[in-house]
Amino acid sequence: MNILYFLVGCSVAMALIFLGAFIWSLKSGQHDDVYTPGVRILFDDEVVDTVDTRKADPSPKSDDNHN
Amino acid sequence: MKVQDTITDTVCYHCGETLTNYKIDYDDRKFCCVGCKSVYQILSENNMCNYYAYNQTPGQKQQSNAHLEYLDEASIVAQLIDYKDNENTIITFYMPAIHCSSCIWLLEHLYKINPAIYNSRIDFLKKQATLSFKHSDISLREVVECLSQIGYEPLISLQDVVKEKSKSVNKELILKIAVAGFCMSNVMLFSFPEYFGLSGLEKNFQYLFGWINLAFCIPSTFYCGKEYFTSAITSLKHKQINLDTPLALIIAVLFIRTAYTIVFDQGPGFADTLTALIFLLLMGKWVKQRTYHHISFDRDYRSYFPIAITTLQDGKEKPVAINELAIGDRLWIRNGELIPADAILMKGDAWLDMSFVTGEAEPQQKVLGEMVYAGGRQMGEAIEVEIVKLASQSYLTGLWNKDHYKTNFKRKNFNDDIAKYFSIGVFVIAFSAIAYWFYQGDSTKAWSAFTAVIIVACPCVLALSTPFTLSAILSVFDKRGFYVKNTDAVEQLADCDTIIFDKTGTLTTTETATLHFSGFLNHEEQLLVASLLRNSSHPLSRHILKNLGANKSYQVVDYVETPGKGVKGLVNQVMVYAGSKKLLPLGIEPDDSNGVHIVIANIYKGCFKIQQEWRDGLQPLIADLKNDFDLNILSGDTEKDRLQLQRFFPAQTKIHFEQSPVQKLNAILAKQEEGKKVMMLGDGLNDAGALKQSNFGIALTDNINNFTPGCDAILKGSSLKYLPNFVKLSRDGLTIIKISFTIATAYNCVGLYYAVQGTLYPLVAAVLMPLSTITIISFTSIATRLYARKNKLL
Repeated sequence: MNILYFLVGCSVAMALIFLGAFIWSLKSGQHDDVYTPGVRILFDDEVVDTVDTRKADPSPKSDDNHN
Repeated sequence: MKVQDTITDTVCYHCGETLTNYKIDYDDRKFCCVGCKSVYQILSENNMCNYYAYNQTPGQKQQSNAHLEYLDEASIVAQLIDYKDNENTIITFYMPAIHCSSCIWLLEHLYKINPAIYNSRIDFLKKQATLSFKHSDISLREVVECLSQIGYEPLISLQDVVKEKSKSVNKELILKIAVAGFCMSNVMLFSFPEYFGLSGLEKNFQYLFGWINLAFCIPSTFYCGKEYFTSAITSLKHKQINLDTPLALIIAVLFIRTAYTIVFDQGPGFADTLTALIFLLLMGKWVKQRTYHHISFDRDYRSYFPIAITTLQDGKEKPVAINELAIGDRLWIRNGELIPADAILMKGDAWLDMSFVTGEAEPQQKVLGEMVYAGGRQMGEAIEVEIVKLASQSYLTGLWNKDHYKTNFKRKNFNDDIAKYFSIGVFVIAFSAIAYWFYQGDSTKAWSAFTAVIIVACPCVLALSTPFTLSAILSVFDKRGFYVKNTDAVEQLADCDTIIFDKTGTLTTTETATLHFSGFLNHEEQLLVASLLRNSSHPLSRHILKNLGANKSYQVVDYVETPGKGVKGLVNQVMVYAGSKKLLPLGIEPDDSNGVHIVIANIYKGCFKIQQEWRDGLQPLIADLKNDFDLNILSGDTEKDRLQLQRFFPAQTKIHFEQSPVQKLNAILAKQEEGKKVMMLGDGLNDAGALKQSNFGIALTDNINNFTPGCDAILKGSSLKYLPNFVKLSRDGLTIIKISFTIATAYNCVGLYYAVQGTLYPLVAAVLMPLSTITIISFTSIATRLYARKNKLL
């Protein structure tokens, strides 16, 4: 049963690591803006440039409706 | 597709405004004005038409002609920037125009327009942009000009919105919640064996688990719960009891008893209850701290003032920061600019729009040598003034600095009221329990009963039900365009029994105004006027143009626009004037002094007048309010609308006109001295003092991004009709809090039954507390929704 002492120590250490990770993310400002990154990731790179060269797109106008 | 085509046909491709017959075609797209077209032009030249791909008509109307020379002054620039090294400058701007994902896209691709702005990051909710640029390639002024060109002019005012906001972010509390949650969940983990009963073998671990639990209690109590102790000590020093006092006592008792039982190996302590309590309390605090990123409630005159103004030094123009102005400085105030300090008019023709300061709708004319007051906006040619009082000591700013604000009308809340009686009750029971057991001669039981009573009688529910109920109410309000500063303010709202209205901008609306023409124009004459006005970007011209609806136009020669006065020009070989009385050719005496007068070929045709409209639904609103409230009107304007107001309001309503800001404030003080709880509805700087002094100040606005004076709540003009429902819901909210208090007391009685007998097992406490908390939180959220539905707000 002595292994339990080790496991208890492990579980506390793991929890402490997660707490530390959260504190780090908070202090480095990752929670300051929780809205904009979600929008930012949806932007395509250079939509306009690639409109003409796109192959499998039957209606070239459909990219007007991104929202 | 069809729908989209019809949409793009009738509205401006850039800003989405409905097109009149007057429109600009460019690149197969239609625009409402030159401003919108030029933004499109810049974007298409830089291959950035993605902007229009993410949202339809994402743009906003251009209206800026600000003078940015002050951004070349090193001392002013230094105040604005966040960081600067040899090559790079980083600056954060507040941009009210940010409103959709296209804005984010455009502003984060600024480097395409100008590579020197190499990085930009948008915080959408705060409407802020952080820009990094190479200051050797581009100056700050050029950066701002670049932003203005594409329709995102940053708002740079004396009260720096960006820096005020960054202070208010409360990371400390989130950190504490994280630590408290961590401690709570770990303690729960190590307490489970205890709950399920320990076998002989597991008994070995009890001691270890106990110590680990105690170790978790230490950060929980002394770091996360520290504020409760400090708050309790300060309130005791002031010989008062607030809700934090009993809470601090309970935390202390829980900790001491837990430490005692674990150190002396007397079984499990209350570590689980203690850590859960602290976690829940902090959650309640967090819910209470609801923040609106896009709204500021603490604005004063400084956010209305620009950061710099043009001064004349030896005949040369030089921008100077407002803070550095001195008495005797000569200022050069252009059309549309604000006078920052009380001054004397030295040169030029002053027409000052004082509506924001006094509430008077018509601009005032000043003669040379007359005093002009801070806050007035010049409407016309540039004028020269000499400062006689500093900006910080002017008549306008005096409203903020004076000790007008008596705080003896103390804002009290239900929680602190009840905390007193609650604490007394708990002590009476705790001391009777200890006395009884000592009388019985059982000292162990006596102490155990004493501590147990204090633990069980936890006002935790009180500390939670209020923030949860009130913040649920806030989010209901929020959906209806009513933004209340914080949860405490909701209680003030419920208390109000008197309402004072401002007139201009509050009862009347600034958005829709109807146009009346005093004379008659035939079709041909309408065409002449429309052709002339097309050249002007003045809002009045555009408003008249829209109403005329002309479908073709003549060439205009000799066009002259006198800022703030009007326009004239030779249209189709006919001289046409449109503008104020001052501009009219000699010999023509109009019958009325205000409005846009039209003179065609030296014949007076009449005048366009904008009439302010009463807000929608004013009649039913007043009918609804008059039974519950004492209604009053304080207007800074002249008496011209008295008859109309009397039609809306019941006969006993007191209506006062030509009220100065100080008179408004004093009127509120007088009401408060009568023992009334006053709600003030206003909109401008002239109401600022009154809003601040009132028990509940509501600033009305048609656009949330516009300037609003400091207040307790901001209400959208279109939601004014819901005002009675808002008040009713806030009152129902207090009822909910009282009911949940009753429920909590019932739970406490069960706990007390065990506690006074000295047989409170830790497990009972650990189950009772979360159980009552969950009951209360679900009760409050369900009840709030029901009441909101009853009040037709959901």
